[in-house]
Amino acid sequence: MTDPSGSTTETSGTAGVTAPSRAHTPEVSAAKARRWGSFYYAEQVLRVMWGYGWSILMYSVGQPVAYLFAMGVGLATLVDADNAAAFGGVSYLAFIAPALLVSAAVMTAANEFTFPVMGGFKWRRTYYGPHASPLTPQQIAAGHIIAVTLRLLLQSAIYFAAVALFGAAPSGWGWAGIFVATLAGLSFGLPLMAYSASIKEDKGQFALVMRFIVMPLFLFSGTFFPLDTLPLAVRWIGWISPIWHSTELGRIFSYGYQEPPVLTIVHVLVLLALAVLGWFLTRREFVRRLGQ
Amino acid sequence: MPPSAVPGTEVQVPFHIPGPSTSLRRVHNEAIVSSNTSAGSQNKQHTVIAAQNLTKTYGDVAAVDGISFSVPAGESFGLLGPNGAGKSTTMKMIGAVTQRTSGELSIMGLDPDSHGPEVRAHLGVVPQQDNLDEELRVRDNLLVYGRYFGLPMSYLKPKADELLEFAQLTEKAKSKVDALSGGMKRRLTIARSLINEPRILLLDEPTTGLDPQARHILWDRLFRLKEQGVTLILTTHYMDEAEQLCDRLIVVDKGRIMAEGSPAQLIREHSTREVLELRFGSERNATIGSELQGIGERLEVLPDRMLIYAHDGEAALEQVASRGLRPLTSLVRRSSLEDVFLRLTGRSLVD
Repeated sequence: MTDPSGSTTETSGTAGVTAPSRAHTPEVSAAKARRWGSFYYAEQVLRVMWGYGWSILMYSVGQPVAYLFAMGVGLATLVDADNAAAFGGVSYLAFIAPALLVSAAVMTAANEFTFPVMGGFKWRRTYYGPHASPLTPQQIAAGHIIAVTLRLLLQSAIYFAAVALFGAAPSGWGWAGIFVATLAGLSFGLPLMAYSASIKEDKGQFALVMRFIVMPLFLFSGTFFPLDTLPLAVRWIGWISPIWHSTELGRIFSYGYQEPPVLTIVHVLVLLALAVLGWFLTRREFVRRLGQ
Repeated sequence: MPPSAVPGTEVQVPFHIPGPSTSLRRVHNEAIVSSNTSAGSQNKQHTVIAAQNLTKTYGDVAAVDGISFSVPAGESFGLLGPNGAGKSTTMKMIGAVTQRTSGELSIMGLDPDSHGPEVRAHLGVVPQQDNLDEELRVRDNLLVYGRYFGLPMSYLKPKADELLEFAQLTEKAKSKVDALSGGMKRRLTIARSLINEPRILLLDEPTTGLDPQARHILWDRLFRLKEQGVTLILTTHYMDEAEQLCDRLIVVDKGRIMAEGSPAQLIREHSTREVLELRFGSERNATIGSELQGIGERLEVLPDRMLIYAHDGEAALEQVASRGLRPLTSLVRRSSLEDVFLRLTGRSLVD
């Protein structure tokens, strides 16, 4: 095998053997990995996603079209006829569109941050390969999160395009909902990721998470009706729900929903706090688990 | 020299034949040792790995209990011991993925606990359990792994093809990893570990679970790396593997070093030249021990057979016959590392 012109012949410092080598030195590898390692791992996760990119795309397009059609053409006809003023003067479809956008991102995050994370440690053990490379556990966790964030952005952008096509985003700021939805996915997904990273045995925990956490949050977060129409006894579900906080934010952008500014600040802070807390817990679990 | 620079020399690998072939393999192995010491003398001065009182405890259990060794560049260094001896834990500490509890450890002069990425950038690692990316295709596994070292695609693409050639997987480049046999997965894992052209390769039980032919193909590939001056650190509980590949090894049991030396040296020091294996059937086996006393230098009574350690196995067999004892089967063979281990620990390696 001949070296292409322009490549250098390096002397390996370890064995004193001169070998034509085109790989850069370990020092360069380590320096690059220290700086860009998270993105290197994100690249891996994206390549794996690319493998089933078609189904991701179909899901991202099909889901909003189905929901918006059912709610906007079916249900909304009844609701709007009876209760024109109940949803702040906008159509029912405009009312629920930000909630659907957010919920879809949370569902995707719930999928991406459960089985793939546990599988990385347990079944496919995909985290252990990069762990033997210059990447650190923190970078592996971060890389996974970066890749999922990109997926959430893409999916939310497609979802928003569908919302706009259905005429359900009257304000010019509706596109900001793409970022609100992505933040919602992370604020719900990162604490869940930390939990997934801590599980050693699959005893159906994720099915319980889906049924007893994701579904109630989806139904009782002011998604299909304003939260204050619920009795106080269950209204707290909305208050602790990232879906409610981000849906309210999304409505502000989507159709200029009015609420006290302090509440808007609370929404942002709750979402950021959950995401940051989730990130720290995830990082700790990855370091602990991979370092065993 | 890149691995594929050894072109087209496909060696027809013989099947592993137990028993008589042992001495053949021993001769082969001693040739390796002597050729290495002459080639290795020029770089003896470089110590690539040094461990001093290396200890790792999990709770109250000491998985590695104060072991010390050093490995010069280009050497093939083995850790031989049964399951649970602390081999894998030692490898994880060398591989800078697990922190030590106490003691000193340096790899290429770097402390793995404080310079994890730098140490790992020097290494190629073949873990005990394959962790290939099953969702990616064979060649993509190599490309993705190379990216972790910040290597550019312009380097990685030809390198991946070269390594697939080396691992005899060129035809499988576009296959899914799922479709590979166990031996192929192992070879792919080795190819992956070479993507950054490491000068140190860590192999944790590289051939466990493989059939004899697959093992021989793997040994052949590893031997080529060794010829290129790559330092090999490997753990195994197969004595034939240790004899094939290791210039020097430590015998580890319960986290401690029981003995250290070249395979030939260890056998010389801890066993006789030959071993006579006798089977009398499971019923008589236990009672016959006393009748065999005095033959050879040492007698080992195992549940299924007797081992008589003697300089001359045939002569020992004649003595057995002269006492009127008629074994069901008898076999004279050269001593192996298995015998060394039995001698040192009173247990056999693979149970």
